[in-house]
Amino acid sequence: MTHLLEAKGLNKRFGAVTAAADISVAVAQDSVIGLIGTNGAGKTTFVNMVTGYLKPDTGRIFFQGRDITALHPRQVTRLGICRSFQIPQLYNSLSAYDNLIVALGIVLRNAKPGVFSRVPRLVPGHELPLHEAAEAMLERFGLGEFRDKLAGVLPEGIRKLLDIAMALAVKPRVLLLDEPTSGVSSEEKFEIMDRVMTAVRAEGATVLFVEHDMDIVSRYANRVLAFYDGRILADGAPEAVLADPEVREYVIGAHAQPKEVSHA
Amino acid sequence: MNRQDRTPLLIVASLVLLLGLGLLFPNWQFLGTLAIGKGLTVLGLLLLLRTGLVSFGQGLYYCLGAYAAGTLSQFTGVTDVLVLLLTAAAASGVAAVILGILLAAYRGIFFSMLSLALSMILYGLLVKTAALGSTDGFNLAVPTLLGLPLASYESRYPLFSLACVVAALAALAMHYYFRTPLGRLSPAIRDNEIRVEYLGASVRAAVHVKYTIAGVLAGIGGALTGLTVGHIDPEMAYWTTSGEFVFVAILSGTGSVAAPFLGSFIFELVRTFAYEYSPNSWQLALGTVMLLIIVFLPAGLWSLMQRRRA
Repeated sequence: MTHLLEAKGLNKRFGAVTAAADISVAVAQDSVIGLIGTNGAGKTTFVNMVTGYLKPDTGRIFFQGRDITALHPRQVTRLGICRSFQIPQLYNSLSAYDNLIVALGIVLRNAKPGVFSRVPRLVPGHELPLHEAAEAMLERFGLGEFRDKLAGVLPEGIRKLLDIAMALAVKPRVLLLDEPTSGVSSEEKFEIMDRVMTAVRAEGATVLFVEHDMDIVSRYANRVLAFYDGRILADGAPEAVLADPEVREYVIGAHAQPKEVSHA
Repeated sequence: MNRQDRTPLLIVASLVLLLGLGLLFPNWQFLGTLAIGKGLTVLGLLLLLRTGLVSFGQGLYYCLGAYAAGTLSQFTGVTDVLVLLLTAAAASGVAAVILGILLAAYRGIFFSMLSLALSMILYGLLVKTAALGSTDGFNLAVPTLLGLPLASYESRYPLFSLACVVAALAALAMHYYFRTPLGRLSPAIRDNEIRVEYLGASVRAAVHVKYTIAGVLAGIGGALTGLTVGHIDPEMAYWTTSGEFVFVAILSGTGSVAAPFLGSFIFELVRTFAYEYSPNSWQLALGTVMLLIIVFLPAGLWSLMQRRRA
């Protein structure tokens, strides 16, 4: 059986830093995978390699059995792999609504390649499907009240949601979320993740998310990859990986204890 | 999208108004046609500005369009205005497609300077081409439409009205273009190219298309100007001409597809009066106007219209 997404022996070095050392991962359809690890462990490098932003020095990446190692981000996106960003990448001078309209417009354009899709449609109402899709997306992510606000002035949590909504607008088979809850207050984290995971399930996307909050990881992931020094230290069910002594020492940190203690 | 789109109506109403005003004030027809020729070029520049690109070399296509129409008229005797304008559009379009391969990879000051350099190459070539009149350029025959001359000593109204119709069509087309998925990529590319690529669109291809559209518009604008004046010379590709387009674009603002035409008309008006009242220091008057606009209307003349509507 071919996996939905498969990385084989990925290596990447930035000078003396090893960002990926023999990374091999096979991702099954419908899994929700949490990527954990300290800063510099290689999580984002992995995301960047899968989405075509960085080329691995060696190793190959397959999507539905097709080699996508040498493709550009836009080609990878068109095949069905999209991502969100740790720092939201939005169109700051446009409203939340228009950000989604741009995203959906690109999807529309890619869906109907050929000369005629490039011809401006002057028929009244041709924008209706885009408009409805954008409104539905705003609704689903609870962004309705921010519809006409410029993306550049939105609160960080809302920017995160909009960023993820745009990635999901592409209707990806695989969605990679780079720290979806970073920079967001702890009270908002679960709310954001609930919204995101509900929307993702509705679209039927397989998810890989980078996360530092172990409560989030254990609650939403059904598989965890622990990165350390460019390697995968552990790979398995959340309970098993989070209880792994090496993971506890190098990734979570020995001092990581139940929540009550850290709040004291 | 909720608000009703009034721009098409505004454009058609302006067209009717202009055609009427042209009849009432025949002395202004020449200036009006010149302003439209320039306005078309600035409309292309508006597209580039909304995409975050400043071309200091639109004179290249402005001049190329004029010379394409001019040489066709001069050497083959074709005077039909539609053939001449289409030739100008085709020539500048082909040039923009070819040069766009290079330019679409550059941004910011590099894009600006490279576009300027390319326009100066054309200027240099034309200056050295004796067959095309070198620095003097050459005169153009009066254009015709269906065999009828469009301008005479008594009246320039036919040419003026044709220019108005071309301008209205270009503005309408640009307005609808900005509502297509490709048109919407303009502000997106200006804001965040990485996101555009990550949503599955090619920034480079989009910039290439936009650059070509801007080139075609400048070509038509240049040809119209040449046919109105009845003379063309390499100055049309000189960097000060290109600079003037940027000047007018900033003066106009990027708020509407109608802004470039309003801006060009005001520019020509100020220049004409400044030249009449202070022939030796008219640039001073233009500079002062520019300064006042930047200080008091940073979003250009069009912001006056938007303020009133709000």
